[in-house]
Amino acid sequence: MSNAATQQSQTQNHREASPIVEVDSLVKRYGDFAAVKGISFNVKQGEIFGFLGPNGAGKTTTISMLATLLAPTAGKATIAGYDIESQRAEVRRSIGIVFQEPSLDDSLTAYENMDFHAVLYQIPRAERRKRIMRMLEMVQLDDRANEIVERFSGGMKRRLEIARGLLHTPRLLFLDEPTTGLDPQTRRYTWDYILRLREEENITIFLTTHYMEEAEFADRIVIMDHGEIVALNTPEGLKSQVGGDIITIATETPNADAQRIQEQFNIETVADAAKGEVRFEVKDAASFIPQFVREYDGNIQRLNMHRPTLDDVFLKLTGRSIRDSELDSKDVNRARLRQMRRIRRR
Amino acid sequence: MSHNLAAIYTIWKREMLRWWRDKPRIIGSMTFPVIFLFVFGSGLSGSMGNLAGGASIQPPPGVEVDFKQFIFPGIVGMNLFFAAIFSGISVVFDREFGILKEVLVAPINRSAIAFGKTLGGATVATLQGTLVFIFAPVAGIEISLPLFLALWPMMFLTAFALTAMGVTIASRMRSTEGFQVINQFITFPMIFLSGAFFPLTNLPAWMEFIVKINPASYAVDLLRRVVLSFQNLPDFIMDNLSRFGLGMEVFGKPLTVWGDVLIVLTFGLIMVGIGMYLFNLRD
Ligand SMILES: Nc1ncnc2c1ncn2[C@@H]1O[C@H](COP(=O)(O)OP(=O)(O)OP(=O)(O)O)[C@@H](O)[C@H]1O
Ligand SMILES: [Mg+2]
Repeated sequence: MSNAATQQSQTQNHREASPIVEVDSLVKRYGDFAAVKGISFNVKQGEIFGFLGPNGAGKTTTISMLATLLAPTAGKATIAGYDIESQRAEVRRSIGIVFQEPSLDDSLTAYENMDFHAVLYQIPRAERRKRIMRMLEMVQLDDRANEIVERFSGGMKRRLEIARGLLHTPRLLFLDEPTTGLDPQTRRYTWDYILRLREEENITIFLTTHYMEEAEFADRIVIMDHGEIVALNTPEGLKSQVGGDIITIATETPNADAQRIQEQFNIETVADAAKGEVRFEVKDAASFIPQFVREYDGNIQRLNMHRPTLDDVFLKLTGRSIRDSELDSKDVNRARLRQMRRIRRR
Repeated sequence: MSHNLAAIYTIWKREMLRWWRDKPRIIGSMTFPVIFLFVFGSGLSGSMGNLAGGASIQPPPGVEVDFKQFIFPGIVGMNLFFAAIFSGISVVFDREFGILKEVLVAPINRSAIAFGKTLGGATVATLQGTLVFIFAPVAGIEISLPLFLALWPMMFLTAFALTAMGVTIASRMRSTEGFQVINQFITFPMIFLSGAFFPLTNLPAWMEFIVKINPASYAVDLLRRVVLSFQNLPDFIMDNLSRFGLGMEVFGKPLTVWGDVLIVLTFGLIMVGIGMYLFNLRD
């Protein structure tokens, strides 16, 4: 058993320099299938660290291993200096987690859900009530503390889960797709909380998402695909890997146009026959477009220009767009089935 | 250690809250006893009214056991079984609805989690079994405080063993789909082949064998012996329960309450052991 004093000093040691998460060649295999293929990375104290990737990339599997719920097949990782295999209890005390799937007890009230958590995490009885009410206030659920959770909306439940994850003042909070399934307004609110948290609680946040816009909030992002890390950088750093601005042209003959543009302007183009599009990068779209319109005599129906997004980065690195890889993934069906079962049971 | 105790308590409390708030489940659980009491009580008691009549020995003239009195502890046992096994298996629902993950990621012992769950389920099942006594007068069963004081520990023991069995089954189940299968192939056969609803005289050999190896038979026997011992039955009946087919025998010798306790306790400990072992395995 570790006593409070040594824990305290360890806490201070780690706050100085060493990364809060250190992952070394972590692997998870299910039979022949490798869900996570030997990934390595570090997370710094106090940063918002994002995992971006399509369905089935291995994001949840990684978090489950770091949270000690899943035994790694190979590799090593530490959280706050504690080994995720040999020091599980210490790891668990250091982290909070908001799972991808709902994990509240619907038949209990918000307060009872929080109290359940407080006991499991050994929050002293004298502090429990105050802490619970403070967290509920933060997510603006204090006036509904004694309501049965079943009657809460999806957004309220999510906020309650975030409050619960923070109840035992973890040093690291895992948020597995914190805003999936929420309406845009609730999503923005949830993000307000997350950003405020970082300011007020001095906490490190490790989140996964497949929304590009959300990944932008992170200080650093891992782009993950098929169980591998394909890039790790700041959002700006990642986007600067894409040459400049992205131009998309709609045409009836994408292959022919791609060829001609490539030759005429000496730039690399990608044809998407299915969508009837040609895409290419240029340094400065504002000056390129007038020239292009003047000089190019192909049959162009529409022209679209945007600053590079993380989706463009993903496309460049993997040859697929995140949105497209969602569509052909068996995991989408799996998720949908799960959803349906849930609804039927209600 | 003390934090594991607190965790056990709060997991137990959650089971109680969930049970108390699920009124349809409580009321619904009373339908089987009502049907059984009606069928056995009014339908069959005419033909089997004097149970002792068909047995291997003859009672003295005027000594009878009412079939309803015999069946009543069986019905209590049935309700207790359903509730206990359901509570144990509800681990699968906790998994399905994500609550299990929230518990498993907490800094507490997994055995404590399984133990808290089992205690909670056992308490719920004991309460569900006790509720059946609302119908005691219909079955000609006299209730009294001493009866309950003697019976509750036995009910709790039985419920604990069966909840542990439920947890054991559920600990490796990944979806709720298997739930009905478990009910059909384990829960129902265990109850109906336990001697809860028929006297144990003149059974076919295969059936007698199954009844003998079925742990539930001893649990029912235990409840029945305790309940009947508070009914002012003639000594002749109480002394010869098994010879009337009203009580279990082992190797030709009639069991006592303590014999039943020993068997149920052993079964329960084995189930708790296996359950905790399986529950402790990580994916
Ligand atoms: N228990 C399991 N057995 C076999 N394969 C599994 C298991 N759990 C996950 N997988 C597979 O591992 C891969 C990674 O899954 P994971 O849940 O980590 O993806 P993810 O990046 O979180 O995706 P999503 O965005 O859909 O949440 C998927 O292909 C999934 O089918
Ligand atoms: Mg996931």
